[in-house]
Amino acid sequence: MCSVNTDLSGRLETLVQEAKGKYSKEVREKIVDNIYREAENIAKRTVVKPPKKLDWDGKIDNILTSRITGYPIMLLLLGVIFWITIVGANYPSQMLFKILFWGEEKISTLFYFLGMPQWLHGFLVLGVYRCVAWVVAVMLPPMAIFFPLFTLLEDLGFLPRVAFNLDNFFRKAGAHGKQSLTMSMGFGCNAAGVIACRIIESPRERLIAILTNNFVPCNGRFPTLIVISSIFMGGALAAPYSSLVTPLVIVGIVLIGIMVTLIVSWLLSKTLLRGVPSTFTLELPPYRRPQIGQIIIRSIFDRTVFVLWRAVKVAAPAGGIIWLLANTYLGDSSLLNSLATAIDPFARGIGLDGIILTAFILGLPANEIVLPIMIMGYLAEGALLELDSLIALKTLLLDNGWTLMTALSVMLFSLLHYPCSTTLLTIKKETGSLKWTFLGAIIPLAVSVLVLFILNSISSLLLLMN
Amino acid sequence: MGYSCKSCKKCMLKDNFNITKDKDGLVIALAGNPNTGKSTIFNALTGLNQHTGNWPGKTVLQAQGTCIIKGKKCTLVDLPGTYSLLANSIDEVVARDFLCFAKPDATIVVTDATCLERNLNLALQVLEITDKVVVCVNLMDEAERKGIKVNTDLLAAELGVPVIPTSARSKQGLDELISMVYELATGNITSNPNPIPYDQDLEEAIQELQPQIEALLKGRLNSRWVALRLIEGDEELLEGIKNYLSQEELEEDRVEEKCAQ
Repeated sequence: MCSVNTDLSGRLETLVQEAKGKYSKEVREKIVDNIYREAENIAKRTVVKPPKKLDWDGKIDNILTSRITGYPIMLLLLGVIFWITIVGANYPSQMLFKILFWGEEKISTLFYFLGMPQWLHGFLVLGVYRCVAWVVAVMLPPMAIFFPLFTLLEDLGFLPRVAFNLDNFFRKAGAHGKQSLTMSMGFGCNAAGVIACRIIESPRERLIAILTNNFVPCNGRFPTLIVISSIFMGGALAAPYSSLVTPLVIVGIVLIGIMVTLIVSWLLSKTLLRGVPSTFTLELPPYRRPQIGQIIIRSIFDRTVFVLWRAVKVAAPAGGIIWLLANTYLGDSSLLNSLATAIDPFARGIGLDGIILTAFILGLPANEIVLPIMIMGYLAEGALLELDSLIALKTLLLDNGWTLMTALSVMLFSLLHYPCSTTLLTIKKETGSLKWTFLGAIIPLAVSVLVLFILNSISSLLLLMN
Repeated sequence: MGYSCKSCKKCMLKDNFNITKDKDGLVIALAGNPNTGKSTIFNALTGLNQHTGNWPGKTVLQAQGTCIIKGKKCTLVDLPGTYSLLANSIDEVVARDFLCFAKPDATIVVTDATCLERNLNLALQVLEITDKVVVCVNLMDEAERKGIKVNTDLLAAELGVPVIPTSARSKQGLDELISMVYELATGNITSNPNPIPYDQDLEEAIQELQPQIEALLKGRLNSRWVALRLIEGDEELLEGIKNYLSQEELEEDRVEEKCAQ
């Protein structure tokens, strides 16, 4: 029976061998040409186009992708989006704080009323509930505003124009122009950005795109950046301008991320992944009227709820673990304290502290929970505070020795450090190689430590000179 | 005899393409250029809410959903958007292999009415692989706004397959599309795509190879298309064809054996 099968394959093989070398190399192009010619002919007979029309798309594109006006418009739009997000998130955030911490009080009362043991109350309420409440209060408002706005840009067809503007830079960095597209996808989610790298044909350039996708802040990291920047940077200017500072800082952070992407891509294409960039044509899709209703529904249900749920799932056990770590004593100090103290010297060297670094380590499954874990860590250290607003959060951070420099370091570390575990798993799946997955984590980590080290060395040098 | 489960078509679909097919269900593929509204049509037909975006390359993963057409369960497969099937990148290979080896009962090629010429390249290439194709000319509303008119009847005659105009975002033409797909998938309507005319020398080469290929494949794959791949020397695909053939053979052997018993 198998003979039939090998026979068939064998005969096909003979045909293949016979055909090999029989036809010229240009035959493939000829086939493609013929297909295009036929498509053109059919289109000519079946489509009637209006004679000369106002080409709005072309006119808009000339402005959006011009060398002079393209970049400022891009940055301005990005800044406006962040500004709306930050200003808009403020009020609902305060509401959520009030509601959720009022809830905590009521639950605590219930626990005491029922005579529950102290440790159970600690674990469930001070650990799990509090961490989840922080995630919701801090993350939900910015996400609910940022996602629809971002989706709006996507639906309009603006993102490919961004890619078009950046294409040249990527080619200069030895990477594929389409990496500008996959990078833009990374703003949504790095795991999605890594999958999107499939549109890049050359394996070399695809790997560069995969390994550097992490350098643009994803949805999970934007809220962290927004909160920290509005707490620490917002006050840098007087009242009428203060609301402008935060968006500017975030735009700056995004720009740093893009710059690092380009630099690391360039380094990779000069070392591990050597080669010349291949050419391609980037298609600019037509501008389409966005479907506002769809955008709101989709971005709230698909993205906001999805991302929030993912964060809550990780935050609940993480909150419990943090509480346990903070309340299990070995000798005089809690486990959390010992851990934080152990890594504290290293963390200080790059401008962070033990708790911050612990939060980043425990936050590997989802970047959304990094800030809440930090807060939990500081709270568990004994600072008894009525934490019901962002102002209280600022006090807590200041009490724990945060400065403007710490805030900047945390933002940069959040921007540059290793991708979340979901993204790492995706890299493993896409590259099929442990080596590249490992590099996908180690390269960003090395970059972030290096950047923070340099930054903090310079800042302490400046302090010394003053 | 230790048949692996790879030996039947149902499991072949499951193993190779991760598709579970009902006994008398239908498999329908959605192909098309990036950004023509494939995902919008996919969502409208399946009731799923995969995110859509004005973004070429949005669907890189193959998405799946089910819908019921006239009581039959249909598995709808949203293939990655590509400009061709010439296997230049992974997404093109994914789309081509699906059409070629998974043998969907019908394929919808979604095209953009505002730039039909570029979209026809892909449609023509799909038609070379499978004749069970409905060409959906989407974004008719946008074309109308721009003053572009598409003669879909003439297009159907030129291509030799049914052509349905739609505006998926406002759900226009989707009912017609669904019923046409159903008729084609169940064999109530047959189509006869017009082959792409190639240059004389290519046509001669095809004439020479096609009968030999037909004798081998016996209609399992389009012999004209395979001949062209032989001519351009697409070895990766030919390897795939060999694998496909050995799986098919196993299946046939088993059927024959059952009959002999």
